[in-house]
Amino acid sequence: MFSRILTVAGQEIRIGIRNRWILLATLILAVFSLALALLGSAPAGTLGVDRLTITVASLASLSVYLVPLIALLLAFDAICGEVEKGTLLMTFSCPISRTEFLIGKALGHTLVLTFALVIGYGLTAGLLVGMGAGSTAGLTDFARLIATSILLGVCFLALGYVLSSLTRQSGTAAAAAIAAWLVLVVLYDLALLGALVANPSGVFASSVFPYAVLLNPADAFRLFNLTALGASELVGGMAGVSETLPFDPRFALVSLIVFVAVALSASAVLIRRITP
Amino acid sequence: MNTSSLLVENTSKNFAGFKAVDDVTFDLNAGERVALLGHNGAGKTTLFKMILGFLRRDGGRISVLGAEPGSHAARSGASYLPEAVAFPGALTGKEVLTFYARLKGEKPALALPLLERVGLADAAGRKVSTYSKGMRQRLGLAQALIGQPKLVLLDEPTTGLDPISRQNVYELIGEIAAKGATVLLSSHALTELEAKTDRILILSKGCLVADDQLNQLREQAGLPIRLKIWTKPDAVQEVANQLGSTRMNGRSVELDCTLDEKIQALSAISSLGNLVEDVDVHAPSLDDVYRHFSNTAQKEA
Ligand SMILES: Nc1ncnc2c1ncn2[C@@H]1O[C@H](COP(=O)(O)OP(=O)(O)OP(=O)(O)O)[C@@H](O)[C@H]1O
Ligand SMILES: [Mg+2]
Repeated sequence: MFSRILTVAGQEIRIGIRNRWILLATLILAVFSLALALLGSAPAGTLGVDRLTITVASLASLSVYLVPLIALLLAFDAICGEVEKGTLLMTFSCPISRTEFLIGKALGHTLVLTFALVIGYGLTAGLLVGMGAGSTAGLTDFARLIATSILLGVCFLALGYVLSSLTRQSGTAAAAAIAAWLVLVVLYDLALLGALVANPSGVFASSVFPYAVLLNPADAFRLFNLTALGASELVGGMAGVSETLPFDPRFALVSLIVFVAVALSASAVLIRRITP
Repeated sequence: MNTSSLLVENTSKNFAGFKAVDDVTFDLNAGERVALLGHNGAGKTTLFKMILGFLRRDGGRISVLGAEPGSHAARSGASYLPEAVAFPGALTGKEVLTFYARLKGEKPALALPLLERVGLADAAGRKVSTYSKGMRQRLGLAQALIGQPKLVLLDEPTTGLDPISRQNVYELIGEIAAKGATVLLSSHALTELEAKTDRILILSKGCLVADDQLNQLREQAGLPIRLKIWTKPDAVQEVANQLGSTRMNGRSVELDCTLDEKIQALSAISSLGNLVEDVDVHAPSLDDVYRHFSNTAQKEA
């Protein structure tokens, strides 16, 4: 069982290397994080806060956009693309269960994502430390950012598998993946903030908004990271809300894990119904 | 518990009211090489997919090596070559074969010699996206032979192959059947199957219209042997009268007879002496036999 899962994961990684997916994802993360670290740190330096921590705060916002996008791009094709090409006919005639196949894909993609995040963000951290701008506390923040970014990525990988097993064509799955990214990463946030601004002291702000943030992995990720940094005064906006939360912000982490479990189970059920 | 490798009983499949497979029953034993013939759209691939458990059947029973289609036991003992083979193009032939060997629980080192058996040893290190259609087909075949499967399902294994590769495919099929594996392969052409399979199944519009050995089928079809007698100029009418034939054609007379009457007819012809210049004997070809079964079924329908 494990050997079959590892075989699928290994093949996914090998394909990621061959078609330069890993390289591209790593480069994108490295370039954007370096740009943020080098360009966006001048005013913050005057606040006397660790520069690594400041960078982590802005990278958290970057992760919210980039990591779901990379994860969805890795995952949207995973199942329907193989159905369309016809490779699943052979794979599913082998003694591998469909759940094993799915877990193998997820493991492979998670490792690809982990590699890209560790190297991409790690380069930035290394550069800042090399410039004498980092402290141990800042490095912990960095490690937390990378770990939670991976978790965020897995949320969207699992969502990608759900979309991929619901559609027959990879074109449709690509459209669905882009729509999911737009809704969860951009529109959801705008809608919440809009409602908050319209009525800052109503029932919505006090008892609906905090839970609505928990439901969306992108928002839960941001909430957790910004509160963990204690950086609300640096970033403002949503993080300012964290002091008034009716629950421990670490709960956001639980919400991410629950999301992964639900979405992976859903895709495990859906993949059983597929005719390759 | 039954001893047959593959049992298909009264199996049907409907696609939105259209009967793709209609009440098909057959039974394959260990070591048999069986060809499944049928026109385009006859339901061959649909039948394969039901045997693999990919498609749910609408009634009937299928047992693969004594297990339910698609179960772990069935998939462990059976292997499959789809009609349109596809692989991840970024990987090499060797990597693809290693992948499938691992999925089937076979040591890759034991599976890799198969690449040589199907004539891909030189291309093993090249990306599959650079392979020709026939090379992909052969890689798919190597995949289906990994780990001594007990039941090998090959959907059109020779389509797109050159004559020598076809020959190799049938040699390989003979080898694995000799080791006790049951091979079920689909094909469009009966002619290339002569002496290469033990049994022929013919599917027409979803119905199984024949299930027998090739020479038995030839007999059942009862197709006449056609004699063509070339005569001296001006002797056509006379020869036709003597032989009781009405089919004349310039300088030749045509006569149909059964296998039993053949010698009799030939001696009648030789007794005509120098009126006859030459005789052609046309035994019914395999394509004629195939057309016979396909057509009778379509007329009945
Ligand atoms: N998923 C499907 N939905 C609807 N109809 C289908 C489906 N799959 C197959 N059919 C129909 O079932 C019939 C049998 O198709 P099948 O693919 O089994 O034929 P085949 O014998 O393999 O033909 P070929 O020699 O061309 O490969 C065809 O008429 C086809 O249109
Ligand atoms: Mg077919």
